[in-house]
Amino acid sequence: MLEIKNLRAKAGEKEILRGINLKVAAGEVHAIMGPNGSGKSTLAHVLSGRENYAVTGGEVIYNGKDLLAMSPEERAREGVFLAFQYPVEIPGVSTTYFLKAAVNAIRKHRGQDELDAMEFLALIKEKMKLVEMDQALANRPLNEGFSGGEKKRNEVLQMAVLDPRLAILDETDSGLDIDALRIVAGGVNALRSKDRAMMVITHYQRLLDYIVPDVIHVLYQGQIVRTGTKELALELEAKGYDWIKTAPAAAAH
Amino acid sequence: MQSQPSIDRYTALFKQQYANGSARGPEWLLPIREAALANFRERGFPTTHDEDWKYTSLDRIAAGDFQVARGPASVSLDTVLAHSFVAAVHARIVFVDGCYAPELSSVTNSEVRIESLAAVVLRGDAVLRERVSSWPGEQNSLLALNTAFVNDGAVIRVGRGCRLGQPIELMFVATDGATPLASHPRNLVVCEAGSEAPIVENYCSLGDGKYFTNSVTDMLVEADAIVDHYCVEREGANGFHVNQLAVEVARNGRLTAHTVTLGGALVRNDVHVALNGEGAECTLNGLYLLDGQQHVDNHTEIDHAQPHTSSRELYKGILSGAAHAVFNGKIVVRRDAQKTDARQTNKNLLLSENGVVNTKPQLEIYADDVKCSHGSTIGQLDRDALFYLRSRGIGSDDARSLLSYAFASDVVSRIRIASMRERLDEYLLQRFGRN
Repeated sequence: MLEIKNLRAKAGEKEILRGINLKVAAGEVHAIMGPNGSGKSTLAHVLSGRENYAVTGGEVIYNGKDLLAMSPEERAREGVFLAFQYPVEIPGVSTTYFLKAAVNAIRKHRGQDELDAMEFLALIKEKMKLVEMDQALANRPLNEGFSGGEKKRNEVLQMAVLDPRLAILDETDSGLDIDALRIVAGGVNALRSKDRAMMVITHYQRLLDYIVPDVIHVLYQGQIVRTGTKELALELEAKGYDWIKTAPAAAAH
Repeated sequence: MQSQPSIDRYTALFKQQYANGSARGPEWLLPIREAALANFRERGFPTTHDEDWKYTSLDRIAAGDFQVARGPASVSLDTVLAHSFVAAVHARIVFVDGCYAPELSSVTNSEVRIESLAAVVLRGDAVLRERVSSWPGEQNSLLALNTAFVNDGAVIRVGRGCRLGQPIELMFVATDGATPLASHPRNLVVCEAGSEAPIVENYCSLGDGKYFTNSVTDMLVEADAIVDHYCVEREGANGFHVNQLAVEVARNGRLTAHTVTLGGALVRNDVHVALNGEGAECTLNGLYLLDGQQHVDNHTEIDHAQPHTSSRELYKGILSGAAHAVFNGKIVVRRDAQKTDARQTNKNLLLSENGVVNTKPQLEIYADDVKCSHGSTIGQLDRDALFYLRSRGIGSDDARSLLSYAFASDVVSRIRIASMRERLDEYLLQRFGRN
C-alpha cells in the first residue's frame, strides 16, 4: 500500500528526514518510535502534505500513485488520514458541520452520492459510540475548549467517519490519562482491518500495550535504525533510547 | 482644512427647505434648528486632523450635493419585508429616504408606544420639547447637522416592566432615485425600569445610487431593564452612512448592542455607552465585512461612571480587496467606578494583500481597583487551521470559505433573535461561497 523510498525532507535549512525507507502493506499496523527530535512527526506531516517541509529527495508510492505530487486534500480523498498530535481549534465550526463537509468532499471524489443531513447524522452517531463521545460535543465548535482526551477522541471519531485506507496516528497517546488512552486505543483497534494500514507514531511503549503493532521501527536522526517486532518496544522501554544512540544501526528492511 | 463650499451648500439647502415648505415642524423648532445649523457652520465637517477622524475622511460626503427627500418614495411592502432580517416583529416602523411611511409600518400602541418623531413634535409634547431644546449645543458637528435637518425618526417608549417577546424593527430604506438624497433620522428610545426589549435598526438600500444617511439614536435603559439592540447596515455600493448610537444605562440595567456592517462606500459607527448606575452592564458586539474600496470605521466609547459596572466588547472584521477598516475602542473608568470589569477584543481577518486595518484601544482609567483588558489582532487565515481542514479532504477554496464563515459566525451566533441569527447566517454562507 505504502512504499517510502529514501525520503529526505527539510524544515527551513535543517534536514530532518535523512533517507527513510519503509514498506507498509494493507492490514498491517506499524509503530514508529524514537526519541524527541528524531523526525517522527515530520514524517507524519510530510506524508499528509504539510507545506512547512520541503521534500529534498526520495519518493513515496501510495497505492501505485506518487503521493508527494498530491495536495493535502487529494491525499485525504485518496484515503490518507492523519490524526494530529495537536488538533487545531476552530471556533465557529462544529465538528458535525466540518465532518459532513469532509465526508462529502471525499464521497464526491469517489463518485458516490453526497450524504444528506439525516444520513450523515446516523453515521456520526454510530461512530461516536466507538469513542464513547457525547453528541453534545460534536455540536460544539471544533475542538474549542475540548480537553486533551476529548480532542484525541475527536481525531479517532473523524478517522472512523472518514474510513481511510492509510491512517497515521501522530502521538495520539500524548497527554492522555489511562482511561482516555484506553478509549482512544479501543477506537483505533476497532478500526483495524485487512484493508487498512496504520502507522502509529509514539514516543512511549505504553500505547503499544493497547495497540499491538505488527512491526516496530525506531527512528533516530532522520533514519530508521531498528526494525523488529513488539519485543523491540519492550527492549526500548527497558534500555531507553540511549541504547539506540550508541548501538550500531541495523539495516532497515 | 474644511472646505467652505460644503458648509454654504448646507446653509442654502436649509433655507431652501423652509422656503419651499419641505421642512415641517412647529414654530418653536425653527430657532433650535437655526442654532444647530450655526453650530454646524462653526464646526464644519470633521477632518482627518481631528483625532477621532484620523483615518476616515468625510470629503466625499462634504463634496456631495445631497438633496432632502420631500416625502417617502413609493416602495412596496414586499420589498421592505425582503430587506428585513426578522421574521416576526412586535412592531415595525419604516422610513423611506428618511420620511415616515405609515402604510409600510405596523405599529400598535399598547404597553409600548411607538410614534414618528414628527408626530410627537407636532403634538408639542412637553418632555420631548425640553429634550430637543438641548440638542443644538451638542459638541459634535454631525449631531448638529442632524438637528438642523432632522425630518423624522422613531420615538419609542417601552413601559415599566413590559417584556417584549418579539423585536421592534426600525427600517431605514434608501431608494435609488435619480437625485442623491440625504436623510437625518433621529430616534429616541426609552426602556423603562424592568422592561425587556429587542430593538432592531435596519439600514438598507434598494440600489447602488449615491445617498447619505446621518442617523442618530438616543436610548435610555432604565434600572433593571434588559435591552438588546441590533443595528444592521446593508448599505448600497455608493451609500454613505454616519451613525451615532448613544445609550445611558441605569442601575443594574443591561444593554447588548450589535453593529453589523455588510455594505456601503463609507460607514462610520459611533457607539457611546454610559454605564451610569451601579451594576450596569453592556456588551458591544460588532461585525464588519468589507471588500472593494469600502471604508468602515467603528468608534466605541464605554464610560464606566459608577462602581461594579462591567462591559464586554467583541468586534470582528473581514476585509478583502483594498478595503479599509478602522476600530477605535475607548474605555473610560471614572474615579468612583471601582470594581469595574471591562474587556475589549478586536479581531481582523485580511483575505487580500491590499486591505488596511487601523485598530486602537484607548483606555482612560482613573480608579485603582478595576479589571480592564484589551486585545487586537490583524491576520490572515490560520495556516494550521487551513491544513487541518485540507487534511480531511476539504478543498483549499472551501477551507478558506469555511474559515471565513466561521470567523464571522462567531459574532452572528451571539444574536439572540433566532430568525435574525438564521438570516444573517444564511447571508454569511452565501457571501463566503459555501455550497
